[in-house]
Amino acid sequence: MIEVTGLTKRYGRKVAVNDLSFTVRPGVVTGFLGPNGAGKSTTMRMMLDLDNPTSGSVKIDGKHYRELSEPLKHIGALLEAKAMHGGRSAYNNLLCLAQSNRIPASRITEVLDMVGLTSVAKGKSKGFSMGMGQRLGIASALLGDPEILMFDEPVNGLDPEGIHWIRNLMKGLATEGRTVFVSSHLMSEMALTADHLIVIGQGRLLANTSMADFIHENSRSFTRLRSPDRERVKDALDEAGITAVEGTGGVLEIDGVEPERLGELAARHGIVLHELSSQRASLEEAFMRMTAESVEYHAHTGPDGGGAPATGWGSPGWGTPAGGGNDQGKGA
Amino acid sequence: MASVPAVLQSEWTKIRTVSSTTWTLISALVVTVALGAALSALLNSQFGDLGAAQQATFDPTYTSFSGMVLGQLAMVVFGVLVVGSEYSSGMIRTSLAAVPQRATFLFGKILVAGVLALAVGLLTGFLSFFLGQALLGDHGTGIGEPNVLRAVIGSGLYMALIAVFSMGVAAMLRSSMLALGILMPFFFLVSGILSAVPGAKDVAHYFPDQAGSRIMQVVPDALNSSDRPYGPWGGLGIMALWVVAALVGGYLVMRKRDA
Repeated sequence: MIEVTGLTKRYGRKVAVNDLSFTVRPGVVTGFLGPNGAGKSTTMRMMLDLDNPTSGSVKIDGKHYRELSEPLKHIGALLEAKAMHGGRSAYNNLLCLAQSNRIPASRITEVLDMVGLTSVAKGKSKGFSMGMGQRLGIASALLGDPEILMFDEPVNGLDPEGIHWIRNLMKGLATEGRTVFVSSHLMSEMALTADHLIVIGQGRLLANTSMADFIHENSRSFTRLRSPDRERVKDALDEAGITAVEGTGGVLEIDGVEPERLGELAARHGIVLHELSSQRASLEEAFMRMTAESVEYHAHTGPDGGGAPATGWGSPGWGTPAGGGNDQGKGA
Repeated sequence: MASVPAVLQSEWTKIRTVSSTTWTLISALVVTVALGAALSALLNSQFGDLGAAQQATFDPTYTSFSGMVLGQLAMVVFGVLVVGSEYSSGMIRTSLAAVPQRATFLFGKILVAGVLALAVGLLTGFLSFFLGQALLGDHGTGIGEPNVLRAVIGSGLYMALIAVFSMGVAAMLRSSMLALGILMPFFFLVSGILSAVPGAKDVAHYFPDQAGSRIMQVVPDALNSSDRPYGPWGGLGIMALWVVAALVGGYLVMRKRDA
């Protein structure tokens, strides 16, 4: 369990992390989500006592990090890939860490095997690809067989097979009852792995909610229908008492009606359909709406692009917020 | 609290598993011994050309340590890389996550590297001395002569202190490149030049290398070296104060700054 209380970090006048308080619980994967520059890495470094907080505290199983006698046996972290000496072999890099925390050398072979680096264990880590460096970092996190694991952007640089592997690894670790805390700036990635979500923007807590609640409150499902005979479709829908919203390109979006029913309706009227599909407004959009005001680096689309955050994303017409659920946790 | 023997063992593994350790320490030994031997041989053959005063104050012990001028630079590189590579590789975050107690981590590392530098320094000192004296022939001296053993052991201490000083400076600057960029020209040029300039000489005497090298001299005013306001151990003490200052500075930086 990790308890963060009133954690604040200032660099001069700039506030990187602003009064964050949350608890990371065992047994689930907790996603730590925020746009670039939101303060995720700074928060994680403070959790590991690498950066000094301006105020506030972090407790690991009730203790300050510096009070842990052999910290790698309590908490393992992947911070950035290649936080290792390039001139040293993968095995020796892990050996240095293992010895400092009195972890038996046999464990090194085990973790190298777990991350699939056994064949290059004797190779200098300088020659490693980004993905291999990431795997070595994950091996170092697992080294002390800790109850708490922390991964900062673990999928960066991994190939699809590696991404699949790390997702299952994190889920497996959580199933074993461990605390798994993983950061990402990709909502889609979190949707696949995390059970609980902590969202921050500009160092502030925006949401602290279970993944299921987040999806429930932020996603809108609807049926997408496309037909060359749009007017007849609309008439048929009116007749059946179904309301449709017109999207762009002659598309109709219908809330709360299953595609089966719509298909049967169209068949009864002999209407040709070119598309009939279930859609779900992406969580990415819900995330972007939530963090829109707190995104630090806006991309400007034109010379007079103004301050509007990346409006060109996603399909037009999907952006309608489904209720006010996305306000949850704001300013907490 | 981290277990100190465990940290020492880990730091020893760090040092022995990178190739820079081997080549910097071998360079320090080879350069010092070879250059000292070459100068000893040269002086032996040219001894008759020296002036009467130079002949009278000739210091065969110090002559055999002439290679130290260049050899110490390899020790500087060793010291800087031991600490600086933690920062340049990004390993520092992994290391401090494993050993969060800054003092245990930094001084454990410096102790292990310092003892290794001392061992290599002593070996270098004895090799330089015996090879140099052999090549000096009739002008050489023996290890049993007064103050000679002190100078030979002192040369090993000098090399170790140079290395540890460099470790402290690298910990303060948190960068190998920056530390080398300052220390190399300082020890190679600035210190030597200033100690020869009349006005600056009085200050330059208190520079770590100038003060420390007094321990290697048996004849105090040999080879045109001027009077110094301290003896051999006093000089080494001044050097040790510099080392302590660098270590305290390095520790304070590590404790205060974000990793």
